[in-house]
Amino acid sequence: MTASFPASAYLGDEDRMQSHLQDRPPAGRRASPWADVVFSALAHGAAWLTLALLAGILVSLVIGAAPAIRAYGLSFLWTSEWDPVQNRYGGLVMIYGTLMTSLIALVIAVPVSFGIALFLTELSPLWLKRPLGTAIELLAAVPSIVYGMWGLLVFSPILSRFVQQPLQSTFKDVPVLGSLFSGPPVGIGLLSAGIILAIMVIPFIASVMRDVFDVTPPMLKESAYALGSTTWEVVWKVVLPYTKTGVVGAIMLGLGRALGETMAVTFVIGNFNQLDSLSLFQAANSITSALANEFGEAAAGLHQASLIYLGLVLFLITFIVLSISKLLLQRLKRREGRVT
Amino acid sequence: MPLALARTVACALLAGSASLAAAQDMTGAGATFPAPVYAKWADAYHKATGARLNYQSVGSGAGIQQIRARTVDFGASDMPLGDDVLAKDGLFQFPTVIGGVVPVVNIKGIAPGQIKLTGRVLGDIYLGKITRWNDPALKALNPGVPLPDEAISPVRRADGSGTSFIFTNYLSKANAEWKARVGEGTAVNWPTGAGGKGNEGVAAFVQRLPNSIGYVEYAYAKQNKMTYTLLKNREGNFVPPDADNFKAAAAGADWAKTFFQVLTDQPGKDAWPISGATFILMYKNQEKPQSAANVLKFFDWAYASGDKMADDLEYVPLPPAVKELARKAWASSIKDVSGKSIAWK
Repeated sequence: MTASFPASAYLGDEDRMQSHLQDRPPAGRRASPWADVVFSALAHGAAWLTLALLAGILVSLVIGAAPAIRAYGLSFLWTSEWDPVQNRYGGLVMIYGTLMTSLIALVIAVPVSFGIALFLTELSPLWLKRPLGTAIELLAAVPSIVYGMWGLLVFSPILSRFVQQPLQSTFKDVPVLGSLFSGPPVGIGLLSAGIILAIMVIPFIASVMRDVFDVTPPMLKESAYALGSTTWEVVWKVVLPYTKTGVVGAIMLGLGRALGETMAVTFVIGNFNQLDSLSLFQAANSITSALANEFGEAAAGLHQASLIYLGLVLFLITFIVLSISKLLLQRLKRREGRVT
Repeated sequence: MPLALARTVACALLAGSASLAAAQDMTGAGATFPAPVYAKWADAYHKATGARLNYQSVGSGAGIQQIRARTVDFGASDMPLGDDVLAKDGLFQFPTVIGGVVPVVNIKGIAPGQIKLTGRVLGDIYLGKITRWNDPALKALNPGVPLPDEAISPVRRADGSGTSFIFTNYLSKANAEWKARVGEGTAVNWPTGAGGKGNEGVAAFVQRLPNSIGYVEYAYAKQNKMTYTLLKNREGNFVPPDADNFKAAAAGADWAKTFFQVLTDQPGKDAWPISGATFILMYKNQEKPQSAANVLKFFDWAYASGDKMADDLEYVPLPPAVKELARKAWASSIKDVSGKSIAWK
């Protein structure tokens, strides 16, 4: 504070107060009273515009999907047949694919991101912190189609050769596991889509986690260290409880990205609209991938309406996920101070 | 003052030349398959006449929608519309170029043209009934070819596409079970196989996955030197996919009756069984006769001097008789509001 006001640094307390009183901006440079009104109107407008956009999107999705909603109602959600020739549509395959790939992505990305954030804030030597942090943020800037092409041309052959085929030959005759790993040995399907998604969301989750870990007051951490805590205990019992809101937020950000990712998924998921096995290696489809592939050529009518219905479902899934995360945070807050 | 005057005159001149060019410009949207040749024609036509074509290759389905919404002067589709649909919408369609769809495989030690297939067997592979390369049905067709004891990985288009329409149309004609269970369309309910996006997606899958089979546009297969197969045509001959055989398929169709021709499974000794023309859609009743004339002038020019360019891009030009039929049909079908033929000559 004092550094930026060198002139007042030499003044006594009383003098400083005096000078503050005199330091009012000259009348001519004061903003006109209108500025406040305009600014407040603009800020309000921006907030309402967001809400209006949201409502507008929802309404236009419902209108666009109306023929499909009328034809199928909620049974659309658990019907798996998707047959443009017979004009019969059900969204189960895509909904399952979207949820499953996002789940796989989070199962992989959350622990890895946690490790990255932990390393960067607690363990990394100073000289490595910056380059590593920047590198992770750069990963977030890679266009998703690059991940898709890489997944298709580089990653899935490796997955097929070194993971899927050994797993299949090992668990061929084991009942549950065997069917979990069945499918054509091409390395394309739910698992590869989930792993690619994980790679894509790790930068988001990790960089937000690192930022929130960084804001934990050093006093708290140092006190815990002073009491003889290990690094693990400090992170698990001090940093994480202090930053849980931010951590949940980071995970939700990643989940939102995973649910909505289109291009990378469409390359590696196989775009297969049948649900005949629970195998992780089975080609499948996701909501966004189906939209990207079929919307351009979809005939007006039930096909297009069903695709828009899928979009509406994705909108609602995202909404539900966000609501659950808010509820989770509220429960965490209520328990605060009671359980340690 | 003189300066201002000069500026005004210059502006007027500029505006005048712009509107002159704009008066010759035309817009179209639709199929991606003929987009490269339309672009090439448009470029050459622009150099020859100064008129510009703005063609958006957004896909056949979107092209049909855009012409229905009258946002473009013409739509383009790989899937011909039925005569009843055309009559209902007041649309007219004519073919521009011919192409073929080619089955491609990736099997170690197998050269292009070494494997022979029939429509029935191809259908059974895509139905998931024939799952291994050493299946008795494949062995019977290919005596002496070292077919591996490996699972077949079928690959097909994931996006809706005219290529898929031609392919599934052929399978429906050649395989009764395919017709009953799956049917034909730009997108169908595929019983098996991984889906690639676009010709390049399918090509990438096939080149990457050992023991896979897929189908792509001929131009794509040729440029990427992919391992194509021979197919048995209606007359019982095994033919390779090439320009002459696509032409043979087009020659067998009865264009005089209707332009609604899907050139799959056509008669003809050399006819390639999965051929197809691509089509232009225009309104019969033109509210803007000037832009209709521009479009017809362009395609008239392309019919007359675009064959070489089409050849270079591995498309097959229409037989001259079909072009003549199309020109006649323009004169008799496309009219302005008062019922006069459009002056495109």
